[in-house]
Amino acid sequence: MLVHRQARFGLLHDWGMRIGVLLFALVVFIAVFGGQLSSQSPYATVGIPGAAPGGGHLLGLDFEGRDVLARVLHGGVSTLALAASATVLVYALGISFGLLAGYSRSVIDPLLMRTVDVILSIPSLLLMLLFVTGLGGGRPVMVVAAAVVLFPGAARIVRSATLEVSTRGFVEAAVARGESTLATLWREVLPNIVPPIAADMGLRFSWSIILISSVNFLGLGIRPPEPDWGLLISENLVILPSNPLAVVAPAAMIGLMIIGVNLICDGIIRALSRGDR
Amino acid sequence: MATMITGTQIDADRSTAPVTRSIRHPFVRFLGRRLAAGVVTLWVVSVFIFVATNVLPGNVAEVVLGHNATPERIQALNVKMGYDHPMIQRYFTWIVGILHGDFGKSAVAVALSQVETSVSSTLVSPLLNSLILGGITALLLVPLTLLLGALAGIYARRSPDLAISTPALVFGGLPEFVTGTLLIFIFFSVLHLLPPTSGFSPGQSPLTDVGRLVLPVLTLLGVALGAGVRQVRAGMIETLQREYVQYARLNGIPERRVLFRYTLRNALAPSVQIIAQNMQYLFGGIIVVESVFDYPGIGQYIVNAVLARDTAKVEAAAIIIAAVYTLINIAADFVVVLLVPKLRTAVA
Repeated sequence: MLVHRQARFGLLHDWGMRIGVLLFALVVFIAVFGGQLSSQSPYATVGIPGAAPGGGHLLGLDFEGRDVLARVLHGGVSTLALAASATVLVYALGISFGLLAGYSRSVIDPLLMRTVDVILSIPSLLLMLLFVTGLGGGRPVMVVAAAVVLFPGAARIVRSATLEVSTRGFVEAAVARGESTLATLWREVLPNIVPPIAADMGLRFSWSIILISSVNFLGLGIRPPEPDWGLLISENLVILPSNPLAVVAPAAMIGLMIIGVNLICDGIIRALSRGDR
Repeated sequence: MATMITGTQIDADRSTAPVTRSIRHPFVRFLGRRLAAGVVTLWVVSVFIFVATNVLPGNVAEVVLGHNATPERIQALNVKMGYDHPMIQRYFTWIVGILHGDFGKSAVAVALSQVETSVSSTLVSPLLNSLILGGITALLLVPLTLLLGALAGIYARRSPDLAISTPALVFGGLPEFVTGTLLIFIFFSVLHLLPPTSGFSPGQSPLTDVGRLVLPVLTLLGVALGAGVRQVRAGMIETLQREYVQYARLNGIPERRVLFRYTLRNALAPSVQIIAQNMQYLFGGIIVVESVFDYPGIGQYIVNAVLARDTAKVEAAAIIIAAVYTLINIAADFVVVLLVPKLRTAVA
C-alpha cells in the first residue's frame, strides 16, 4: 500500500526540478557519450603546453599540450561511475541496516547509532584520506571508502522512516495476516519509505561525487595520464594564466552536475512537504 | 540530533537530581557526561585511525624508501620505526606518546637519516596557519549565517528571500575545489585583482599578507554559508508560525519587537547547532581549500603526508582534527543549553 502517492503530482511543474533534471541529463550525457563524440585523442600531445583556444582546439591545450576538450569529454565517466557505484553500495548497506534496526528494534539499533556517532565525529574527507593512506587510491578502495563514510547516515534515515511506517495500521494488518517478516518489510514497509529516502539518496549521490572527485583533485585517487574531471582541475592549475579554460571547463562540469542533483533533491523534498499537507 | 540527545540527557539528570546542588550540580554533571562521551568517541576514533593507516604494515617502509630499496634497508627501517612489533603494542606506544604530546617519528625523516625526526615539532606552524584561516572564516561565517538566514526567513518567498536562497541552494552544495578554482578564474584571470595562490615562504605568517587570504576565506564562506543560511531560514519560518508570535502580533506589539524579543531568540538555539556543524565542516573543507590555494596549513600537511605515506604524520594530523571536531560539538551542546530557556530551567 502506498501512502505518498500525492507526492508525485506536480513534480515536473516545479521549475527548480525541471532545470535540475535538464542539467543532470546534459552532464550525464556528456560524461557517458563524450568519449564517442570526441574526434581527438585525450592522450596525444598536439602542441605547446597551455596554448589558448584556436587551431581546431576549442578549449585549448593542457599542461602537457594535450587537447583539453578531448580530455574533458573523456574525463566524466570515471567520477560518475565511481560515485554511482558508491551510492548503490551506500543504499544496499543503508537499507539492510536501517530496516533491521528500525523494524526489529534489536541490539543492532543502539549499535548502529553509536557507529553513526563515531563516523560523524571525523570529517568525511579525512576518513577517505585515512582509507587511501592504508589501502592506496585504487577505484575499489574509493568506492568502499565513500560507502563506509556515507552509509551510516543513510541507515539512520531508513531507520527513522521504518520506525514511523511500522506503527501504521497496514503494517500491523500484514503482521496479523500472518505474513513473514521479510514479506512485510518488502511489500509494506519498503514501498512507503521510498519517497522520503529518494531525496536523501540524491544528496548522498552528490556527496559521493564531491568526496571522490576531491580525492582525485588532491592527486590521491585516479592516476595521471588518465583524464578525470577532478584531476584535470589540479593538474592544469599551473597553466591557469595562459589557458584558464583547461581549469574552468572540468570545474564547470562537476559544478553543473552537483547543482543539477541538488535541484532535483530540493524538488523532491518540496513535493513531499506539499503532499503531506 | 544533538539537540535531541541534549534533551534526553537532561531529562535523565533531572529524574535523579540530588538535592545537594553545590556538590553535584546537574549542569556540571551534564557537562561531565558530555565530556566523558567525547573522550570515549575520541578513543574509538584513535583505534580507527591507527587501524586504517596500519592495515598494510610492511608497505610503509617500501613506499618511503622507493624502488631501489634493498630488503636489508627495508628491514632496518622497519626495526628503527618499530614496525616489527605487534600492532597492539604499537598502538599503545602511539596513544601513550600522544597523551604526553609526542606524536612519534616521521618514517620519511628516519629513512633520510635527518637529525630532526619528531612529528610533534612539524605540527605547530601548520596548525597555527590553519587556525588563522579557520578563525577568520568563522568570525565572518557566524554573523553572516544568522543575518542572511534571518532575513530570508522574515521575507520568506519574497524578493530578498529569493536573492539569498537561490545562490545558497545553487552554490552552497559545490565542492571547495570547484568554488575555489572558479573564484581564482574570476578574481585572477578576469579581474586581475588577487593572486591565484597563497604560497607563503616557510616561517612567514599569513597575517603579513592578508590579500592572499581573501580567496581561501571566500571559498570556505561560499561553501559553508549555503547550508547554514537555508537551515536558519527554515528555523525562522517555523518560529514565526508559533502561537506565541501570533498572539504577540494580535496584542498589537510592534513587528520589530515581535521579531527581536519573541522570534529571534527562540530561532537562535537550533542555529547554534547549525553553526557548530558548519564550523566542523570548515575542518573538512580546509583540507581541500589549502590544497587549491597552496596554503601551508594542517590540510596541506595531511595531504602531503598521505602522498608520502608518512603514516605518523597522517595519524597525528587526523587525531588532532578529530579532537577539535569533537570539542566544537561539545561546546555547541553547551551553548544550546545556556541559550534555550526551557532547557536551562530543566537543568538548574
